[in-house]
Amino acid sequence: MSAAGGQTLDRHLVGFVDVLRRSGIAVPLGSTLDFGRALAEVGTGTRSGVYWAGRATLVWRPEDVATYDEAFEHHWMGAASGSVTAAEQPTITLLLDVPEDADVPPVDDGASDADGDHISVRWSRTEVLASRDFADCTEEELAELHDLMRGLRLFGATRRCRRLRPAVHRGRPDLRRTVRAALRTGGEPIHRAFSEPGVRPRRLVLLLDVSGSMEPYARALIRFLHAAMVGRRDVEAFALGTRLTRLTRELSTRDPDAALARAAVAVTDWSGGTRLGDGLRSFNDNWGVPGMARGATVVILSDGWDRGEPSVMEEQMGRLHRVAHQVVWVNPLKASPGYAPIARGMAAALPHVDRFVEGHSLDSLRSLAQVLAD
Amino acid sequence: MAGPTDIRGVDSVDGVVSALAAQDYLADEGLATAVFLALRLRRPLLLEGEAGVGKTEVAKALATWSGGELIRLQCYEGLDASQAVYEWDYSRQLLHLRAVEAAGVASGTEVSEITDELYAERFLVRRPLLRSLSSVDGLPPVLLIDEVDRADDEFEAFLLEILSDYAITVPELGTFRAEVPPIVVITSNRTRDVHDALKRRCLYHWVQHPDVEREVEILRVRAPHVPAALARDVAVVAAELRDMGLYKPPGVAETLDWAEALVLVGVDDLDAAAFEMTIGALLKYREDQDRLRSRGFGDLVGLLRGA
Repeated sequence: MSAAGGQTLDRHLVGFVDVLRRSGIAVPLGSTLDFGRALAEVGTGTRSGVYWAGRATLVWRPEDVATYDEAFEHHWMGAASGSVTAAEQPTITLLLDVPEDADVPPVDDGASDADGDHISVRWSRTEVLASRDFADCTEEELAELHDLMRGLRLFGATRRCRRLRPAVHRGRPDLRRTVRAALRTGGEPIHRAFSEPGVRPRRLVLLLDVSGSMEPYARALIRFLHAAMVGRRDVEAFALGTRLTRLTRELSTRDPDAALARAAVAVTDWSGGTRLGDGLRSFNDNWGVPGMARGATVVILSDGWDRGEPSVMEEQMGRLHRVAHQVVWVNPLKASPGYAPIARGMAAALPHVDRFVEGHSLDSLRSLAQVLAD
Repeated sequence: MAGPTDIRGVDSVDGVVSALAAQDYLADEGLATAVFLALRLRRPLLLEGEAGVGKTEVAKALATWSGGELIRLQCYEGLDASQAVYEWDYSRQLLHLRAVEAAGVASGTEVSEITDELYAERFLVRRPLLRSLSSVDGLPPVLLIDEVDRADDEFEAFLLEILSDYAITVPELGTFRAEVPPIVVITSNRTRDVHDALKRRCLYHWVQHPDVEREVEILRVRAPHVPAALARDVAVVAAELRDMGLYKPPGVAETLDWAEALVLVGVDDLDAAAFEMTIGALLKYREDQDRLRSRGFGDLVGLLRGA
């Protein structure tokens, strides 16, 4: 290949990587170089050779394959331009708890002031659109949610793990450290060392219902999700709506506003319909049962309104319950006077729930943090 | 490709396909390209995919092809350096000290000499990662790091160092460096995401279930005593089951088991009774079996006869 030809190829290659990056696939610089080397090995003679060379060096997640395919068509095969940008998901902006919300007069102001029972008023399904009164208490709520972070960082249910840690005169003899100590005393094992199984935090999996009926709470609860993730590893977060969205990456930024903004982009079915059973099924199939939920504390934050078949819900909760260490259901409705878990989805799920707790206020979230800490 | 040559000299993707086929492993073009590039660029190959699609088998096929040793590191939670890299044989070290004492050699020698002796290579227990750095006859060993998603993410940090330099430092002895870098295959069931830093050092391939034609071929190669017609039926049923949205769709391993089971119970023609007898070899969740029963085995049999 002539030098000029090589340059053209290089430009093509870099251009392709650029298209991938703009379509949302993170391609590190090193991989671009690998792609170039791979093309040198495979040759650019066939379409499939170039395709698979790129797949092996530029894509690391099966979810990205569709995007890659489209970008590949677009760039190498000269498909109609614009198809790549069309692939971007339409985004729905998640309303953050910004101060100007407070200026909007709450629709049912009188009722909520009358007896201080914000919960039922906020909850009442006719009030879903008028949920802006939630913003009134956001500032202090936000501050206190920040407090919660500390609580979650300090505590966390633990489990024994295989890795050993040093112990004082109990557990198994630790030959390694015994010999080390013995070397210091001329080979005589005067100090005997012991070790015992260590403890690790249990994985925490949070599933937040973001359907329309949960809208007034989801905004506060997603902050709780973020607070739970700050400073801890082994926390996974998902949004359950009409489909399942993994939010772990989006929420693992320290800055809450940045995290929520990223989550808002990722969740495309915010305030949509509810198919809890199907969402749980997709969680169980792809993440939970293969390993993520095994031995983990699973927290579902939902009101239990499900438009799907209750039998699906029951089956999926059963599966989840069989692999998880503990299933906690947080239902913001539970605090309403006279509430009984008769929503069909909730009733079907309840036999497979270990702890059924409230989640309507900051206090209840605090006690939830306590429950999670065990 | 016979004889003790490094298989990294393979010259084309087709060469990989035919060499793997000679080891009874039928790879599609995507996997073969990934293997080819991993060999040529001397990079680790990260294979992800559902359980039972044949990720581990790739490493085994590579090992028989290359003639190198297959070194397998099965990952599990709590796996640490002493299990994966190396460990000192403490009991033998203690024994050695006692022997030195009993023989009375100690009187004339310095303590430091004796302690130095304790950290000789003969007291070193080599675990898989360290073993993979030494080669026999100049043939690279195949290092299989199986189910890396089961190990803690701290463990991935060990791998980073080893996979980028193919060297391990034992403080008491110095650095072990591979003369011939091992061929590395890492598998993951994706129960958690492998760290980006590790992924960046690898070539990646998502292994999928084979299509019907390929699965028939696989059955013919791996279970030659299964009649051709039965093999086709088995492959068609497996493909159909994978579309049913079961909890655990059958992998290639399950279809192989099932075909063997059918032959063992003496079935030539798939019918509802044969399904009922052998379903346990194919579907391992009660819910999945129930779902298939409620659809009716007859329905699947009809599908075969219609096909």
